[in-house]
Amino acid sequence: MGALQSASAHPEYGDLAEKTGFSIGKIRVLHKRFKQLSHNEETLRRDHLNDIPDLACNPIRAQIVEAFFDRRNYHQNGEGPVQEIGFEEFLVVMSHFRPPSLHMTEEQRENVRREKLRFLFNMHDTDNDGTITLEEYRHVVEELLSRSGALEKETAKSIADAAMLEVASISMGHMEPDEFYEGITFEHFLKLLHGFEIESKMNIHFLNMDTSTLCK
Amino acid sequence: MATTWRFALFLFVMLLGSGGLSLAIEKSGTTEPSGGHGVDPSSSPAPGHGDTGGGHGGGPITTLPIVTWKWLHVSTPYLVALWILVSWLCKFVIEANHHVTSVIPESALLICFGFILGGMIWGADLQQTFKLTPTVFFFYLLPQIILDAGYTMPNKLFFSNLGAILVYAIIGTCWNAASLGLSLWGCQKGGAMGDIDVGLLQYLLFGSLIAAVDPVAVIAVFEQVHVNEVLFILVFGESLLNDGVTVVLFNVFDAFVTLGGGQIDAVEIIKGIVSFFVVAFGGSLMGLVFGLLISLLTRWTKNIQIIEPGFVFVLGYLAYLTAEMLSLSAILSIVFCGVCCQKYINANMDENSVNTVRFAMKVLANGSETIIFVFLGISAIDKEIWVWNTGFILLTLLFIFVYRIIGVFLLTWILNKYRLVPIGWIDQVIMSYGGLRGAVAYGLAVMLDESKIKEKNLMISTTLIVVYFTVILQGITMKPLVTWLKVKRAKIAELTLIEKVQNKVFDHLLVAIEDISGQIGHNYMRDKWRNFEDKWMTGWLMKPSARKNRDNVFSVFHQLNLKDAMSYVAEGERRGSLEFVRNDNSYVDFKKKFGEEFSEVMPDIMADMRDDHSGVSDMRRDPVPSVSLNMHQQSMKGVRETEDVNSHHLLQQHLYKGRKQHRHRYSRSHFNVNVDEDEVQEIFQRTMRSRLESFKSAKMGVAPPSRKHKQKDQQQKMSNGKSLDKGKSNYSGDEEFDFSSEGEGASGYNASGHSFPMRVAYRPGAGIENPAFIPDLDPTSTQQIPPWLGEVELDSGTVAPSQRAQVRLPWTPSNLRRLAPLRTSTRSTDSFMLADTPVTQQWSDLPPPPTPPPPPYNSADGQK
Repeated sequence: MGALQSASAHPEYGDLAEKTGFSIGKIRVLHKRFKQLSHNEETLRRDHLNDIPDLACNPIRAQIVEAFFDRRNYHQNGEGPVQEIGFEEFLVVMSHFRPPSLHMTEEQRENVRREKLRFLFNMHDTDNDGTITLEEYRHVVEELLSRSGALEKETAKSIADAAMLEVASISMGHMEPDEFYEGITFEHFLKLLHGFEIESKMNIHFLNMDTSTLCK
Repeated sequence: MATTWRFALFLFVMLLGSGGLSLAIEKSGTTEPSGGHGVDPSSSPAPGHGDTGGGHGGGPITTLPIVTWKWLHVSTPYLVALWILVSWLCKFVIEANHHVTSVIPESALLICFGFILGGMIWGADLQQTFKLTPTVFFFYLLPQIILDAGYTMPNKLFFSNLGAILVYAIIGTCWNAASLGLSLWGCQKGGAMGDIDVGLLQYLLFGSLIAAVDPVAVIAVFEQVHVNEVLFILVFGESLLNDGVTVVLFNVFDAFVTLGGGQIDAVEIIKGIVSFFVVAFGGSLMGLVFGLLISLLTRWTKNIQIIEPGFVFVLGYLAYLTAEMLSLSAILSIVFCGVCCQKYINANMDENSVNTVRFAMKVLANGSETIIFVFLGISAIDKEIWVWNTGFILLTLLFIFVYRIIGVFLLTWILNKYRLVPIGWIDQVIMSYGGLRGAVAYGLAVMLDESKIKEKNLMISTTLIVVYFTVILQGITMKPLVTWLKVKRAKIAELTLIEKVQNKVFDHLLVAIEDISGQIGHNYMRDKWRNFEDKWMTGWLMKPSARKNRDNVFSVFHQLNLKDAMSYVAEGERRGSLEFVRNDNSYVDFKKKFGEEFSEVMPDIMADMRDDHSGVSDMRRDPVPSVSLNMHQQSMKGVRETEDVNSHHLLQQHLYKGRKQHRHRYSRSHFNVNVDEDEVQEIFQRTMRSRLESFKSAKMGVAPPSRKHKQKDQQQKMSNGKSLDKGKSNYSGDEEFDFSSEGEGASGYNASGHSFPMRVAYRPGAGIENPAFIPDLDPTSTQQIPPWLGEVELDSGTVAPSQRAQVRLPWTPSNLRRLAPLRTSTRSTDSFMLADTPVTQQWSDLPPPPTPPPPPYNSADGQK
């Protein structure tokens, strides 16, 4: 992997840095990790991510892995799942978790916020129809609670139901009896998580240091 | 206003009284060695016992005295109690004036009250008899405040900011101490202070005692300005931890001063540094050990529930004293004791005990905080301690202020390079401005040894000035400053379920991304810690039953359900009936649907629900404040409601009369001794009788038929546009009296009778006057109970979606299969109004003792 060490050997790092906002050094570290995950291949498949041992005990693993193979998260106008991703896509998905810069205007902050929430929304909206339906939401809650053991599926279901009712009452206010709530749209999602300071929470500290040897 | 003044007047009278009492002490020749309040009995012999011995064997008596004046006998505890009362009354007076406290913080006002009180004592005694002494402060006033702070510490926030907090607490405090000491020393060399006898080491000692931000003052001020949580935890955490640091620094420099400048070499300095770490980490470790001990102990205290809360306090205090005994940092010890045990004791102990701990903790902490501030004020009115040195005092004030700002900005600048979310400059300003000094500094200053430090009084008076300056002036200006700078405030977060779920998703997401990207970050560490904790610690420290429903999302759900049940009950009471809350049918239905696997989880949950509501529901035997899931159950509720309006009044009449005559038993260790099984039976029998009466009267009256039509209309209207409901609405609309689904309906019905005795009257064969109708005793009832209810006890129940959500929601998503027929509260009023129709009609058909009338809307049940 000696060739990876110098930035000049990878002129595309510059483009990627511009595109994703990562520094060259961080891209280098992430590339190394990418190679490690994909066993030195150019592309990464779902199995590779599923093989990460630390991920094994994550209850929402499937959804997270799926987010990496979702075209909607690539800043392009595509949709639908892909089978394998290159380093660029990997990096773009990662860039959703980049901490925001120190000085942002309100507008920028709002954009960052939207982007991060969009990522989250896409993760829940598995069938990509623009709404998180109750079924989808239930699925999330079930998976979340699946690790706690004591709680049965039905509890998860009723929690999801309760949450959904709450959502409906918050986002729609009063509705006529014959209306019904189809699911959470993105606009509602934004409104719901209004008080949720996602721009300061959905961040990972990407180190310049290479720690991949420590965590397999 | 008038009451306020009356109480102020009362206060003064009290004060004059106590002034007189203190005069009495003077005359008797005993000097109060350590002040009036909280005198340490071992260090100061109570005057009553020592000198004249008020009554017992006080001298030869010639005749039997009927009453004797034994003031000296009780003077010490009496004065203590009196001072506590006076301090708390000060707080009372202050809190009664909201327009004042909104401008001036309470702590400042308390100090001012202290000035007044001190002035009065001075006027009476011409000497300050009452002072805050270090013994009283450190042993009796401080521990509970710190324990409370540790116990209520938001752990996640605290530990995720622990790095920053430690940097501020350790490096910041050392910086403050060193810079202040050195600068003052430099200024003295420059001749700014005239002729005072203070060496460099003494300056450093002074610097170290005054360096620390005081937790008591900080909490008091920051509690009233609701700054955002990160800022709060930074200031608060720093103030807690740096107390440990400052005590250590103080001890080190105190020892250095004793040793004298010549004897300090590199070895001594290294020893000082080592002792710093030993004291700080040893203290924290001690606290952790005691915290684990408490957690472990509360696992087994189920049988001594009454004194269960006491363990927390006693062991907490022991943690403090043990650390003090081993000359470790007592403050750190008790902080970490609280931090460590909070999670486990809250899970292990009974809910009542947890509440008791919370309240008692607040009473103690708030009480002693009040006392501390009042006595800080009182201590000032003393001619002995006041030594004025303009240069020294003003320069100290200036340096403290300036170096605090420099320190905060410098450290934040370094920290921000590593922080994920940098600390903004506004927050930094507030942090620097929030550097309030308080009673800890004063306590340490009083502890100085006068034989070694000539200018002790100067230091005390400077400390007092600094305390007053920071607490009063900075305290008052803090609020306008926060508003003016538009500091991000804490949001008043409502507990929404979706946010909690999202939070959880978040945690997992971040961990996963860290895993994938191969970074070891906070989330990674937290995840590892959580796994470790789940695996080992909770197994040891938590009761198995508590472990089960520990889940975060679930607890929110549980809270919401509780809240809704409460409001539901409140609503019911407003309407004059409680009974409709106990809708057992939803429970039956629920059981039917989810089968038996559920009952393993639910009893636990319902058990604590029952405990919560024991005060609300007047009969503990019926612990199912369940929230209905289905529409027909809602209407069932309506039926029950009307039935019970009548019976409720009657019940009340009979029930409470019965209670009055009941003898009252006393037990020190149990709460529910006065709930008598016989009484419960008696109540049921009475109720049944009264129900029979109302039933007879209902037979006479016939409900107006027009109402029935109205009901029909509404039934159909509300379920418009829902294919799922079409059939059902027809059903409930047209076949109100259709008993075709007898099997289902009846079984549900009888099951409800099983858990709710009022119903039993309708069971065939069960005579109304039959004392055997108490369901538990009734052997026939089991035959009518569906098998899935067989082994379920009374306290099992349902988890239903939030009633609040239901109330707000007159419609539902089409694919909410189970929730689709849900109705709003308006529906239940409808049914409340209308429900008597079917019931009375049925009643008129039925001969007494009646056959089970299936509830009209149960038919929907059959459709499912």
